[in-house]
Amino acid sequence: MNPTPVIEVENLTKRYPGRTAIHGLTFSVGKGEIVGLLGPNGAGKSTTMRILSCYLPATSGTARVAGHDVFTESEEVRRRIGYLPESNPLHLDMRVREYLKFRARLKGLSIGRSRDRVDRVLEQCGLTDVSRKVIGQLSKGFRQRVGLADALVHEPDLIILDEPTIGLDPHQIRSVRQLIKDLGKLHTILISTHILPEVEMTCSRVLILHEGRIVAADTTAKLVDSLSTGDQVIAEIAAPLEQLRHAWEHAPEVEHFDIAPCDGDYFRCALTPRPGVDLRPQIFTLAKDNNWRLRELTHGRHSLEEIFVHLTRKDREENL
Amino acid sequence: MQPYLTLVRRELTGYFNSFLGYVIIASFQLLLGLSFVLLLKSADGQPLDMPVTEKFFMTGFFWLILLLGAPVITMRTFALEKFSGTFETLMTTPVSDLQVVLAKFTGSLLFYLLAWLPTLAYPYLLRYNSINLPPIDPGTIVSTFLGIFLFGAFYLAMGCFASSLTRAQVVAAMITFALGLGLFLLSFLSIIVPATPGWQSKLYAHISMVEHMRDFTRGMVDTRFVVFYLSLTLIFLFLTLKVVESRRWK
Ligand SMILES: Nc1ncnc2c1ncn2[C@@H]1O[C@H](COP(=O)(O)OP(=O)(O)OP(=O)(O)O)[C@@H](O)[C@H]1O
Ligand SMILES: [Mg+2]
Repeated sequence: MNPTPVIEVENLTKRYPGRTAIHGLTFSVGKGEIVGLLGPNGAGKSTTMRILSCYLPATSGTARVAGHDVFTESEEVRRRIGYLPESNPLHLDMRVREYLKFRARLKGLSIGRSRDRVDRVLEQCGLTDVSRKVIGQLSKGFRQRVGLADALVHEPDLIILDEPTIGLDPHQIRSVRQLIKDLGKLHTILISTHILPEVEMTCSRVLILHEGRIVAADTTAKLVDSLSTGDQVIAEIAAPLEQLRHAWEHAPEVEHFDIAPCDGDYFRCALTPRPGVDLRPQIFTLAKDNNWRLRELTHGRHSLEEIFVHLTRKDREENL
Repeated sequence: MQPYLTLVRRELTGYFNSFLGYVIIASFQLLLGLSFVLLLKSADGQPLDMPVTEKFFMTGFFWLILLLGAPVITMRTFALEKFSGTFETLMTTPVSDLQVVLAKFTGSLLFYLLAWLPTLAYPYLLRYNSINLPPIDPGTIVSTFLGIFLFGAFYLAMGCFASSLTRAQVVAAMITFALGLGLFLLSFLSIIVPATPGWQSKLYAHISMVEHMRDFTRGMVDTRFVVFYLSLTLIFLFLTLKVVESRRWK
C-alpha cells in the first residue's frame, strides 16, 4: 500500500552458537499496520525483535526500519523505534516519573517536550496515580505499563512490543489491548505474543512463526477464511433422527452434513453449505415449520487457535 | 551531549539510590579519618620532616582505598545493567557506545572524587588543632589531588573495563582487584630486586606507582607521569568501548 514500508526484512538469518534461531525471514510491514508475530516458545520472535531494535546483529540478510538499515544506520533506526523487551527491564531504584523523564531525555527530547510527553504517557498508560512511586515497589502489571510508557514516550514511528500483556490481570489486559489499538491509529506496531485472541483482537495482520520460519502470513480474517472449510453451521435440534436426515439430504444448499446425538432428545448437526451460503435462516425456518425445538445455532468457523495448532503441529511432524 | 549528561546523572543517582553507595562513602571516610588520626598522632610534639600530605599518604591508607574502592565503585557500571537486562533498553536508545562508556566512567569518577571531597577540610582541621605544624603549601595540596585524580581515573577505567566483560558484579570486582593489586605490587620490585646498574632497576623505578604518588604528595608534578596515567586511563576506556561494541560484531 505504502511506497516505503516501515519494516522491510529480507532473508534475515540469525545463528547462535549451535542453533539457528531464524532462517531467512522475509516480510514487510506498512505504515499504520498493527502486525502480530505469533509463534510457540522458541520460534524466534524475540530474536527477530532484537535484531529490528538493533540490539543483536543478524548473521545474514538485511532489515530496514523506515528505510534505514538496522546494522549500518543503527542510530537512525533507534531514534525511530520504541522497544519493550520481553523481560521488561527497568531501573527499580527510580521513581516512575523520574524514570520516564530519564528515558525521554536519553532519547533526545528537550526538557519541555519531555515533560509534556511524560505527562501524556503517564495518563495514557494509567500511571498518573503512581507517578511518584519507586518502580521496585510496583506490581508486575504496573511495571509492564511503565515499560509500555517508555516505548511510547518519544512518539516513535515504530513500536516493537515483545509480549506486552504477560503478567497482567484480565482487566489490565483489556485496557492494554485497547491502548495498543488506539496507538495503532498513529503508529506502526509490531507485537509478539502466543495469546491468540490478542492477535485476533488487536492486529490487522499476522505472521505465524515456527522454528524460525514464517509458516503463514496474512490478514487475520483471510487466514481464518483460507483454512476454514466454508461457513459451517452447528445446530442443536430436538427432532426425530429420520426427519432431520431427510431434511438435510433434500436441502440443495447443504453439501455435507454430520449428525451426532446430544443429551436428551437433541441432536447436534454440523452442516457444511455450498460456498458463500449462510444456512442459518433456512434452518430456523425449517425448525419452525416442522415444530422442531432448536436450542443452538452457531457458526462453526475455525478459530485462529485451530489454525495455529494446525500449522505448527504439521511442521513439527514433518521435522521429526 | 544530552544523552551523555543524562546518563552521567543517572549513574550518580544510581549510587545514591543504593545502599552500597553509602557504604562506599562511609568506608572512605572511615579509612581517611583513621589515617588522619594516625597522622596527628605521629605529628604530636615533634616537627615533621616531610610535607604533611606526604606523611598522610605514607600511612598507606590511600592504596587500601584505591585497591578496594575502585572495584566496588565500578563493579556495577556494566555488569549490573547486563544482569538486570536494562542494558538492552539502554543500547536500543539512540546513544552511541562511546557516550555510554564515557558516561559510566565519568559517573564513577565523580562519585570517587565526591568521596574524597571531605579531605579538603583536613588541612584546616590540622591548622586549628596543632600549633607547631608548618603552614601547608597549597601547591602540594593541588598536586596531591592531581595524584588522587589520576590514580583514581586509571583504576576506575580498569574497573569499567572489567565490568564490561561480565554480567556478575562480583567477578568484575575481583578482576579489577587482581589487576589493581598486581600493578601496585610491581612498585615493590625496585625494593625486592637489588639495585643493579642495568636497565632493569631503571624500569622498576619507572613503574613504581608508590614512588609516583609520593612525588605528587611532595608537590612534584612530573608531566611524564601525568601523561602516563592519562594514557593508561584512555587505553582501558578504549578497551571497554571495544568490548561494548563487540556485541554488534557479526
Ligand atoms: N543468547 C542466546 N544464545 C543461544 N541461543 C539463543 C539465545 N537466545 C535465544 N536462543 C535460541 O533461539 C531460539 C529462539 O529464541 P527466541 O527467544 O527468539 O524465541 P521466542 O519466539 O521469543 O520464544 P518465547 O515465546 O519463549 O519468548 C530458541 O531456541 C533459543 O533457545
Ligand atoms: Mg520471546
